[in-house]
Amino acid sequence: MKKLTFTKVFSQLLLLLFVIAWIVPTFGLFISSLRDKDVLAISGWWTSFTTTEVNEIYRTKGKEDQIKEGDYYFIKSNLFDEKQGKEIYRFGVTSKNIDEYEVGETALFKDETEITVFENGDYIWKSKEEFKKKKGKRIFVSAKSPPSFTFDNYKEVLLKEGLGQAFLNTFAVALPATLIPLIICSYFAYALTWMKFYGRDLLLATIIASLVVPLQMCLIPVLTIYNDFGALFGVSAKSYPGIWMAHTGFGLASTTFLLWNFLKTLPSEMIEAARVDGATHYDTFIKIVVPLSIPSFASIFILQFLWVWNDLLVGLVFLDKHPSEIILTAKLKELLGSRGENWEILTTGAFVSMTVPLFIFFSLQRYFIRGLVAGSVKG
Amino acid sequence: MSIFSLAITVLIGVLFFVLFFHLSNFLLDYFRVKVSKNFAFENSIRVIIFIAPAFIVLFVFIIYPVFETIRLSFYDKVGENFVGLFNYNWAINDPDFKRSIINNLGWLIVVPTLSTFFGLVIANLADRIWWGSIAKSIIFMPMAISFVGAGVIWKFMYDYRGPGDQQIGLLNAIAVALGFEPQAWLTIPIWNNLFLMAIMIWIQTGLALVIFSAALRSIPNETLDAARIDGASELKIFWSIIIPYLEQTILVIWTIITILVLKVFDIIYAMTNGQWQTEVLANLMYDWMFRGGGDSGRGSVLAFCILIGVIPILAWNLYRHKQEQKV
Repeated sequence: MKKLTFTKVFSQLLLLLFVIAWIVPTFGLFISSLRDKDVLAISGWWTSFTTTEVNEIYRTKGKEDQIKEGDYYFIKSNLFDEKQGKEIYRFGVTSKNIDEYEVGETALFKDETEITVFENGDYIWKSKEEFKKKKGKRIFVSAKSPPSFTFDNYKEVLLKEGLGQAFLNTFAVALPATLIPLIICSYFAYALTWMKFYGRDLLLATIIASLVVPLQMCLIPVLTIYNDFGALFGVSAKSYPGIWMAHTGFGLASTTFLLWNFLKTLPSEMIEAARVDGATHYDTFIKIVVPLSIPSFASIFILQFLWVWNDLLVGLVFLDKHPSEIILTAKLKELLGSRGENWEILTTGAFVSMTVPLFIFFSLQRYFIRGLVAGSVKG
Repeated sequence: MSIFSLAITVLIGVLFFVLFFHLSNFLLDYFRVKVSKNFAFENSIRVIIFIAPAFIVLFVFIIYPVFETIRLSFYDKVGENFVGLFNYNWAINDPDFKRSIINNLGWLIVVPTLSTFFGLVIANLADRIWWGSIAKSIIFMPMAISFVGAGVIWKFMYDYRGPGDQQIGLLNAIAVALGFEPQAWLTIPIWNNLFLMAIMIWIQTGLALVIFSAALRSIPNETLDAARIDGASELKIFWSIIIPYLEQTILVIWTIITILVLKVFDIIYAMTNGQWQTEVLANLMYDWMFRGGGDSGRGSVLAFCILIGVIPILAWNLYRHKQEQKV
């Protein structure tokens, strides 16, 4: 029995190792998108969970804020602009000795004024004579910075970098590019399954062959057709309807094949009975086949939607890079080129582009997997 | 464009197709009742209504382009003058093309093998553990992410800072912690290909995993129990029962990932754009499609090379389909 438990423990550990290796990259990206951009640029995301020690420089207020109490002039304020939760533990008043004093001690400036800095950033600056300078003095602090996260990067990326618009554009591409093939292919698959006509087997074989034809084989001629069409009618060759139809074309074979696979499992007696009762193929399709096919529609919808949402190549070829047409993946690729070192923008942008797929993944995982497994019978 | 105008565009686009089918069938019914009682005629019109839109799309976007691309590969860069094998000759002597072929072969060997292997191992491990389904979900998750998104995720993992600086990329941080010099991983020729392949493996393992998980459930428990009672070790069961049982599934997953890998574009385009000897066919093809106003001849040759890669799979699929139809 001992050997068995060893195997069990070992396989659990091995699986845990796989899980960690698989989740860490995404997790790191997510955490980074929530960090302050200055901190993100100089420290690894894994340091963000622990309190870190930072050395910073702040400036005190100038003469405008002074008050007179008794014989002395005071400036009382806080070093931090906003509440950051930092804890100062040492400070200094010269750049040569930045951690000369313990927090709470009183430091002496060269001009004989005294300053006391407290843990939370409060300070009291005391002088016998009136403060005359507008600018304050520099204070060097060593502080403990607790973990802090912010949504600032998301605001920046969505509003200033144009990712919000790209997000809408992607929806405008993905919804019709999923629904149109679903509509067309459900009729097509029905005809392939239940209607008798000349050339049906050949058509089916063509679909199966088309399943594996690489997209690249189709790009140049389709682009030429679009350019000719655009020139002929004086419209832009790159447009939303254009990309919908391109996605419909490239997703047609797999959508039809998946639906055909499902439809042929329906009992033929049912269809025939309806036909004998005088229902037309259209009635049979709308009233019997469609209601029965809802689960498989859901699976196919998810597969195609994710495919279109995540696509880059078709979006690059058939849409312009204007802000009004650019899709998320293309925008992200553009940012990789132009803002390659601004990790706060890249990580946040990538996460924004992943929100919809991840939402679908976690809420509809069952349908997604069912579609993939059904699709796996294809080559 | 505003949300409103986008929504209207989307609605019109989808409604167009709904209305097409609805109206044409409605008209046909009307015609049948009022004018003609010819059922054969009605049926053939109905067939046309059902298949015409899909067939037109299939023809315009797949069938015609495949033959047109093959034709264009024998023509010059604007597709007007016949140049014979000139483009093929160019390809054979082009260093980028050679690099792409070598890299594509590397991708074809490494990615399907490792994804299938990891998928099979994880499916087995997760099958018998109570938190197995959570583990499967996590490993499957990259399947939902775009290649570009995955590219950003991994570019961040591979990020490089000079030896003195704090590393913010996890891989270099680990390297430094272990006492090695930090590396700019994506710029080291030959090895950088492996770092790019890692991304694809990271994504596709999930696909292999879910399909294997479904297939594992079809292995009869009696067989496994019998083997266990006879004292076979788990490893022995894995090699002698599970692997032979899943042979067909392994083959299917292998071909799916192979086809995906042949077309790999997004990852290369987003991460290195073919620099540092990471060029692959799909990226080179995209490059030639648009470089200097585009060269449809050379682009077509490159696309055709990708097609040649899938032809064995295509033939095998058709053969299998024919066998199924007979039964």
